[in-house]
Amino acid sequence: MKRLFAFGLLFVFLVGVISGCAPKPEVSPDDEPAPDVGDQQIEILGPWGGLEQEALEKVIAPFEESTGIKVNYTGTRDVSVVLSRARSGNPPDFYISPLPSVTTELAKDNVLVALDSFMDMDKLNNAYAADWLGLASENNHLYGIFGPVSIKSIVWYSPVYFEQKGYSVPNTWDEMLALTEQMAADGVAPWSIAMGSGDATGWVGTDWIEDIMLRTVGPEVYDQWVDHDIPWTDQRVKDAWEIFGEIGLNEDYVFGGTSAELSIDFGDGADALYTDPPNAYMHRQALFLYDFIRNHFPDLIPGKDIDFFMLPSINPNFGTPALSAGEMLIMFRDTPANQEFMNYWADVEAQVAIAVHFGRLSANKLVPSSTYDDPLLQKGAELLSTADSVRFDGSDLMPSSIGAGSFWKGVVDYVNGKDLDSVLNTIEEDSKDAY
Amino acid sequence: MKTRPIIPWLYLFAASVLILFFLVYPTINTLFISFKDSKSIEFIGFKNYLYVFTNDATKLAIRNNLLWMIVFPVITVSLGLLLAVLVDKVRYEKILKSVIFLPMAISFVGAGVVWRFMYAFRPVEVGQIGFLNWIVVTAGGKPLDWLSRGPWINNIALVIIGVWIWTGFCMTVFSAAYKGLSSEILEAGKIDGANEWHLFWKIVVPMLMPTISTVTVTMLVFSLKVFDIIYITTNGLFDTEVLANRMYKELFLYWNLGRASAIATILLVASIAIMSISVFHRSSQVT
Repeated sequence: MKRLFAFGLLFVFLVGVISGCAPKPEVSPDDEPAPDVGDQQIEILGPWGGLEQEALEKVIAPFEESTGIKVNYTGTRDVSVVLSRARSGNPPDFYISPLPSVTTELAKDNVLVALDSFMDMDKLNNAYAADWLGLASENNHLYGIFGPVSIKSIVWYSPVYFEQKGYSVPNTWDEMLALTEQMAADGVAPWSIAMGSGDATGWVGTDWIEDIMLRTVGPEVYDQWVDHDIPWTDQRVKDAWEIFGEIGLNEDYVFGGTSAELSIDFGDGADALYTDPPNAYMHRQALFLYDFIRNHFPDLIPGKDIDFFMLPSINPNFGTPALSAGEMLIMFRDTPANQEFMNYWADVEAQVAIAVHFGRLSANKLVPSSTYDDPLLQKGAELLSTADSVRFDGSDLMPSSIGAGSFWKGVVDYVNGKDLDSVLNTIEEDSKDAY
Repeated sequence: MKTRPIIPWLYLFAASVLILFFLVYPTINTLFISFKDSKSIEFIGFKNYLYVFTNDATKLAIRNNLLWMIVFPVITVSLGLLLAVLVDKVRYEKILKSVIFLPMAISFVGAGVVWRFMYAFRPVEVGQIGFLNWIVVTAGGKPLDWLSRGPWINNIALVIIGVWIWTGFCMTVFSAAYKGLSSEILEAGKIDGANEWHLFWKIVVPMLMPTISTVTVTMLVFSLKVFDIIYITTNGLFDTEVLANRMYKELFLYWNLGRASAIATILLVASIAIMSISVFHRSSQVT
């Protein structure tokens, strides 16, 4: 009994100690000491490593030279690092947000600096299309400026093999299906689809469905779908999946069948097109794949051996829309140095550097098309600016449990043979819960 | 009456504080969070637990954990026991045991990467980079997508990775226990006319029972905790997800603190249940 009492006393004492030193979550960011003005440093976190990190450092270098401010970049693919630092009041200066949904999430938490508080909005409105600014806005405040952007709605092909076989680039979806049929009859798989992406497998399929949605129901319904104002079980959504299924589920239309479709890594997706002889003729993937193709086939000449066409129109009412993607710079701390860097990032000079070093496109309209010294980048920029409508990758705008969870899984399950209605029902159930 | 000594308590004090701070407090905190919403603001009762037991994806994860808990311990324990008895009879015992134990020295992530190459799939038109499919194609067959072919092939393929890692461990423990058996009993059995089969089932297995149950419990607990293998190979796609992977996604991808904590609590309770069965089992043997 006495022993129990002693133990009890010890327990009570320890609980007191523990609760006394338990961390207090409410730490105001204002308590942080302001950085010295003389010897300034900026900390940027972002998802890039390797080649992309080198490109970013080249973009930053002129800023460091002209201002004497040191910029430190750290790459991490772990979004939760940024979220937890921001919420505990110790954020980095900047973050390169890979997803608009992350930006809006942080904006809602009131941890971001509204850029309209110090930037010249007239200048920005003049330089950036309203769509791009809108994607970085929440509650009528602007929170981010896009860096490199990419067009996703393109189909890679080999002009050489097309000419050899007498195939021509299709102008409508029906023409494309007829071409697909003809290629299959000629004995080679028309399409290469490569969804493998490690822990992100599935996003390639969601891009297909987003592109088809844009072409069948138009941008307005697309927005409703992304915002979950129409359910996943809606007939229009189901139709889009089935249109993808006509190609994606047909073992004769896809190189290696659905097994290969789910296994091959997205970076190797176009390899089947450019081997001799080719194993497939067409591959729908974003402009960033260009880097992979040039790496895998350094001898091929862009424009002559490698080329792409816009994924054709389905419903003529909606013309040929473009699906896009990109990363944006967002700001956590309001200091003069940070303001200066954000202004630099948004400016034409830095945006030209971004386009050049990343080998992608800039969202800034003032970047001259002569910046893109490569014929295919020029073509990509032109297709993006002349598209009948432009929408951002929808899965990047959905809550991550859908856009990076149920949607990915749903596409994989669909390709793997699951019944479409049950796939859509599952995503719908998850969506009801997530939005 | 002698006063109770205070010295042991003083010695224990530092350790107790550390355990309370790093073990008890986080556990209780996790339990609290599991009853709160995704951002850990409001209490929502048992909703997170209800979700885990009703959502299709988590139900599937529970099914896969059960599959692991049945198949994995059965194979590792029986194979480990068999190998322990067999290697005892050969000359190159040490080398053989080292080789079988070797996978244990490889990290789980490393094992996952190795086996992803073993199972790698390429269309038949291009060269195979996966060992298994290379054998299949060389033998004239069609390559098989081991990791995406559900619901059984891929799950069993993943369990085999676990077996590859852990069989050596089981074998080593059984081998040590086997060598601890007194040779008189085995010889007495032989003199009484028992063959190897009888010796194994009537003497070795019953006498190794305490070791077998301990190893089985260890393997059961591992089946509950399995994460790395699946994270590296399929990340839970193709119906291979287990609870630990789901917990990771809820926490780091979907930022749902409540659900992640609920899954953590369920896994903890299940592990404790399994371990306490073995503790009771052993104490009942002692008395």
